[in-house]
Amino acid sequence: MIPDMILFILLAIVAVTSALGMLLSRSAVYSALNLVLNFGTVAVLYLLLGAPFIALAQITVYAGAIMVLFLFVIMLLGVEQLRKGSALPWQQTLAIISGLLLLALTAYVIFIRPMTLPQVSPTQLGFGTPGAIGEILFNKYLLPFEVTSVLLLVAMIGAIVLTGKREPKTKT
Amino acid sequence: MVPIQYFIGLSAILFTIGILGVLIRRNAIIIFMSVELMLNSANLAFITFARMYQSLDGQVFVFFVMAVAAAEVAVGLALIVAIFRNKQSIDVDQINSLHG
Repeated sequence: MIPDMILFILLAIVAVTSALGMLLSRSAVYSALNLVLNFGTVAVLYLLLGAPFIALAQITVYAGAIMVLFLFVIMLLGVEQLRKGSALPWQQTLAIISGLLLLALTAYVIFIRPMTLPQVSPTQLGFGTPGAIGEILFNKYLLPFEVTSVLLLVAMIGAIVLTGKREPKTKT
Repeated sequence: MVPIQYFIGLSAILFTIGILGVLIRRNAIIIFMSVELMLNSANLAFITFARMYQSLDGQVFVFFVMAVAAAEVAVGLALIVAIFRNKQSIDVDQINSLHG
């Protein structure tokens, strides 16, 4: 019971710190690396919650594929830093105020209001393993799974069309 | 075991940081990364509730969210590259040629 709590607190500190680092660092490359660290800690939280398959998929898909794509584009464009100055000077203050308001509201709903959340029961054997996930994925959720494959194909074609070379005369 | 509220609270904090990133930063790539952070915090809430109700449907939903996020990143980064080719900048304040 106690080791879980210590692990959770450490992971939560690392997750929030790396998210803040993503938000505040000047260079886009540092932001991306902070986000990789954040995804890694959230993956360990998934393990803590009894979802080993999703945890490893998180590391493979998010920290592996998606963030590599981000870093690739950042280095391809060479736009790590933008010049200072915003078109809307009051926007930053307003954003921070409304963000804190949202956080206070969620904290009120989660912690202050009496909730009727059931307590966590210990997981039964085989919960969240690849076998269990695959069984429900290919029986109950077979149609959404196939639709997802079509979606990925469409996204791939879209990315190729958007970044493909144009003819010089059709350039706008 | 850690109480459920703590996980949901962490998810809310990460979501708020993502919203602040979208609102404060002007770099289109960082705004995009903040969107990913928000998706990730929603995934954390899904996994927490899946654990709470001992139901695998939440985990399968997270799987689909990951697939949609991958597709979204591919198209979004292609859009950013296309905008950079046209305007030589990915500052979202500069992308204002559509206003009426």
